[in-house]
Amino acid sequence: MSTQSHIHHPNYVKIWAILVVLAVISVAGSFTGVRWLLLLMAFGIAVVKAYLVAKNFMHVTIERRFVPYLLIICLAFVAVLFAGVAPDVMKHRGLHWENQAAEQAVAAGSHAAAPAHE
Amino acid sequence: MTSRPIATGRTAAGLPSARLVVWWVVASEIFIFGGLLSSYVMHRIGHPEWAFQAAHTNTWAGAFNTLVLLTSSLFAVLGHKAADSGDGPRAARLLRLTALGGLTFLCVKAFEWSHEIREGFVLSTGGFWSFYYTAAGLHAAHVLVGMLILLVVAADAARNQELQRVECIGIYWHFVDIVWIFLFPLLYIAR
Repeated sequence: MSTQSHIHHPNYVKIWAILVVLAVISVAGSFTGVRWLLLLMAFGIAVVKAYLVAKNFMHVTIERRFVPYLLIICLAFVAVLFAGVAPDVMKHRGLHWENQAAEQAVAAGSHAAAPAHE
Repeated sequence: MTSRPIATGRTAAGLPSARLVVWWVVASEIFIFGGLLSSYVMHRIGHPEWAFQAAHTNTWAGAFNTLVLLTSSLFAVLGHKAADSGDGPRAARLLRLTALGGLTFLCVKAFEWSHEIREGFVLSTGGFWSFYYTAAGLHAAHVLVGMLILLVVAADAARNQELQRVECIGIYWHFVDIVWIFLFPLLYIAR
């Protein structure tokens, strides 16, 4: 007797092969030397890979509808956290404030690393 | 050979209670890793000098571990398929292979960390290394816990018992895989 499946199983090996090819492309992109292309390839491919795993391995898309909504709401709250905090962390000065410690850390870190990369 | 579909009783949410619990775990993990990774991203953007530190991470080791986790996820979902067809022993073998993937991942991590610590990059070296060890360490802890559960579920599955658990541990394992899919470019590629 089998467990009662709610799933039609696709060709998992084919999906795994696609994931591996995408991983190889993202690593290859890191050697292009073009920063925007590197970031686009790395994170764009990461999103696609995550979607493929969630859809085909976790079967999110054929789960009860509240499950993907639950996960999306969690991700949305993470985005709210990022949007609320990021401006104060990513920038080191504003109209009426200045994060001197962060600016000094950036300057010291860049200065310390500069000789090794010249 | 028989299997007993336990924990397949429907909850008010309309899906088996065991799977409902796993989805709640995944939802809570989104907050844990989402908070940590988004915090890393905003600090990383605010500190361009971290790129010099990130350049010391081993991209090849990270890439190899990506391959290992993707492959272990394949074994996990094939185990789920075997459990669905009632073949517990095959599901157990595939779950043990999944756990072996986790062990390989941790061995590579141990190699990486020991090398980096010998080079003088420890938790207190700077902001980048703080995030690096915290994020990768928390993820590795999830891999370790997942491996232990995989082996427990495999032991039952080998006797054709509790086969519904195979899917549940698979969902958790795939989530751990997804976390690594984002950790890899964040810590190893974005420099």
